[in-house]
Amino acid sequence: MATTRDYDSSSLPDLLPLYYKRLFPYGPYYKWLNYGGVPKTYFTHREFSFTLKDDIYIRYQSFTDQQELEKEIQKKCPYKIDIGAIFSHKPKDHKTVKAAAFQAQEKELVFDIDMTDYDDVRNCCSDANICKKCWPLMIFAVKILDRALREDFGFDHLLWIYSGRRGIHCWVCDEEARKLSQNARTAVAEYLSIVKGGDSQVRKVILNEGNYHPSISKAIEIIRSSFKNYAVKLQDFLGDDVKLNKVLQLIPDEGFRKDVADALEKMDDVRQNSSARWTAIVALTEAVKTKGEYRKCHSVVEEIMLQYCYPRLDVNVSTGVNHLLKSPFCVHPKTGRVCVTIDPDDIESFDPFAVPTISQLCDELNQSEVGNEDSGKKRTKDYRQTSLKGPVLVFDGFLKKLEATWKGRLIQQSDLKREF
Amino acid sequence: MQFVSRHNKNKSVTVGKAVDRYPHQLQLYTDPPTDNISLREFEDFAVERLKVLKAVETVGVRHVKGSKDYNEALTKEFRTLNVQGIMKSITSRHRQPPDETELLERRKDHISHFILRLAYCRSEELRRWFIAQEVDLFRSRFVLESKDSIYKFLKLNNLDYQPISEQEKKDNLSELQAASPRSSSITDYYKVPFTEVLDLVKSRKVYLRSGFAYVPDNELIVIIISVFRSKLSRALAVTCRSLPQLEEDDRLLPMLSGLSKRYLGQDYTNKKALSGNITVEMIDGLSKTSFPLCMQQLHQAFRQNHHLRHWGRMQYGLFLKGIGLSLDEALRFWRTEFLKKMDPDKFDKSYSYTIRHNYGKEGKRTDYTPYSCIKVITTNTPAVGDHHGCPFRHTDPELLKQRLQSQMMSKDVVDEIISLCKTSHYQLACGRYFDWSHKSDTKFNPNHPNQYFEESQHFLSGDRMSQNDKADTQSSQNNVKIVQSQTFSQKSVSTPPPDQTRDEFDFDEDTDIEMQNTEIPEL
Repeated sequence: MATTRDYDSSSLPDLLPLYYKRLFPYGPYYKWLNYGGVPKTYFTHREFSFTLKDDIYIRYQSFTDQQELEKEIQKKCPYKIDIGAIFSHKPKDHKTVKAAAFQAQEKELVFDIDMTDYDDVRNCCSDANICKKCWPLMIFAVKILDRALREDFGFDHLLWIYSGRRGIHCWVCDEEARKLSQNARTAVAEYLSIVKGGDSQVRKVILNEGNYHPSISKAIEIIRSSFKNYAVKLQDFLGDDVKLNKVLQLIPDEGFRKDVADALEKMDDVRQNSSARWTAIVALTEAVKTKGEYRKCHSVVEEIMLQYCYPRLDVNVSTGVNHLLKSPFCVHPKTGRVCVTIDPDDIESFDPFAVPTISQLCDELNQSEVGNEDSGKKRTKDYRQTSLKGPVLVFDGFLKKLEATWKGRLIQQSDLKREF
Repeated sequence: MQFVSRHNKNKSVTVGKAVDRYPHQLQLYTDPPTDNISLREFEDFAVERLKVLKAVETVGVRHVKGSKDYNEALTKEFRTLNVQGIMKSITSRHRQPPDETELLERRKDHISHFILRLAYCRSEELRRWFIAQEVDLFRSRFVLESKDSIYKFLKLNNLDYQPISEQEKKDNLSELQAASPRSSSITDYYKVPFTEVLDLVKSRKVYLRSGFAYVPDNELIVIIISVFRSKLSRALAVTCRSLPQLEEDDRLLPMLSGLSKRYLGQDYTNKKALSGNITVEMIDGLSKTSFPLCMQQLHQAFRQNHHLRHWGRMQYGLFLKGIGLSLDEALRFWRTEFLKKMDPDKFDKSYSYTIRHNYGKEGKRTDYTPYSCIKVITTNTPAVGDHHGCPFRHTDPELLKQRLQSQMMSKDVVDEIISLCKTSHYQLACGRYFDWSHKSDTKFNPNHPNQYFEESQHFLSGDRMSQNDKADTQSSQNNVKIVQSQTFSQKSVSTPPPDQTRDEFDFDEDTDIEMQNTEIPEL
């Protein structure tokens, strides 16, 4: 068994048919995207895109129902499935209508957070790699965004997904969210973006003097609660002079920056570590503040914390109604890991390295079959007998709440029609 | 005919009807005019409105919006152009009932606005410009109104907003004040769905709770503006769709397309004559002599990293296309550099598509336009790993200083440029950079990277016939002075309009794919 746990990307073509045949949770998946059939065209007008072997890319797929979806997926065995918008016409018929008439109308509000965007503040890995030392960044991201989307914007139905490799996605499925215009999506994404600027901008977070916006204050509180554990312990973010310099660059006032640098240099050798240095920076800032030179350093500590930890959204993904995003429960072709649901309330214990790979799942399936052959018990769905069970349960929980929103609606609709 | 022209003898009847039709000096332009007007009047109205909007634009670039200077400059500008009717002093407006001249002004305001809608609905760029100017005009007129008048206006337009109760205010006071620093304990707050005040949400200027924004009364105008903007934007989309019907009328259409060309300058779409003049070998040299700083930056980054991320490829690739790099040359250019880092197979699969796409050879086959300065400055803010954007807008002042100094720029000029950047005059900064690097004194004011390039080429070849001169000769027949500068400062656009022209995708692994259809954007 241990051998198949190690995923080998060349085995993907052999494993995918089994995965799509037995393991992909079509039932709940369809239930989600159908939204109770309110309105009826919601599923049929939804765009799916498949990426097949050798990067062959087919857009504008659409399906009439769950059966057709299952059949097509099993036939094509896509390496990747993307979900797009709900269009004014069936996407597969898009060539039969005028281009101007074929328009994206609704879609979940989506967010994509990618670890590569944190490269300038990660000391452990870069590019597509992640490790236990930088994963807490995603924990911060989930906590901060989940709070803001729920409390500030009043959204209830958030589906959090691990992207299979180095990031997370969030699908906001409330009806209001699905109907948001492009402008509104941009505004929400901007509201949630605090870290700004490219490689030419060193200081990427700039806070105003005085009170912070409540949303920022709450984010700072979330970061503060585990900043020491993450930045100091795991990242050792002030561990050597290069790292220290990077942090010092974030202090806007030149005089104060120099004061801090001098003070830190004077410290004993034993105290030249992240923990003592950070404590000293915080203390110096407080001291200058109480001296009344508030302007010099009003947000230094907060800005550093935000720049190092605040979620960095890929804004382009969120703004377009028409933007495609990788579907939950796909398999990431490089890692073989399934894009599973994450329970935002239990994000601390989510371990990206424990997410099942396709080879592991197929193996588990074979094992359970061996065990079940004799027992004549009623067959449960295959995915519920593997490590996929946990994520599907989270998905079920999400669906249950979502279902409540359309239960009444169907009755209402049929009442309106005055039919029996 | 709802309103009869000034030659009508029975004035009292006319005025009576017109008061019903134009009960307030401000309008949201909901209903189109149904009058009959002469072609002559049609053109006069349109030209006058254009003058007004142009003035709004010019003043908005020079002064901080809403400041005292701004309002004064605007009034002055209107007076010199002899179009002050649009923004009369408050006293003369409150004669009740309004007199005939006033009503004629309102009628002109109404009709001229709708004429320009026809002229400016046809492309995203035009719509964006029109909406920006109309919104600014509306805002500057709105703030002149008295409280009573505003109240009347809100009522007439069914914009019924009620402040939240004292209790609710007390319960949330600390959050409310933290979110809107300029408010005090006597501020009234209006609770509206957050989608109605996107500008305030975007800049985190309101307290949000459960999907509602708590808007302090000094920001009430933002709600009104947002209503104005969304109505206008939707109306323009509708107008655009019904425009083909006009095509039967060969009197109006040429006039309309002439109108819309006047104020946007060249868009560098169809530079067919140029195409093929530039080869890969020339790029390195040209980048030193004639590229604006943004393109130099992209070029250097590309040579260094042998890679550019999506928006960098777009901004730089389209610029190169604009200066005359043919598709074959472009493919050769990108390919040579990319191959230093990846195998040919991957390049052909993942990148050549976007390059061909830019040249209109793939996908929906749109021939893409090089990005203008406005677009570079307002959209697609660079993120980590990006090198695109406007160096004067998206670089730390410190770093910019270093870069300029490394080009051997003297301290005076560096300081001048930095201070221009700090006051958000990025394009003026770029113009200053042009003058410095060309050792010239053209006071040239770039609004398009390709214009910068051409201007530089003209200058270097000693040909001093600039774009502006050409534009002037074209326009003189229309009796409207055309100024081509479409300078832009950050303050002058409150919402960077969404980018609608994307129809390409980035094949960086794991990056999710975005594709846009042609759809009429809501700006």
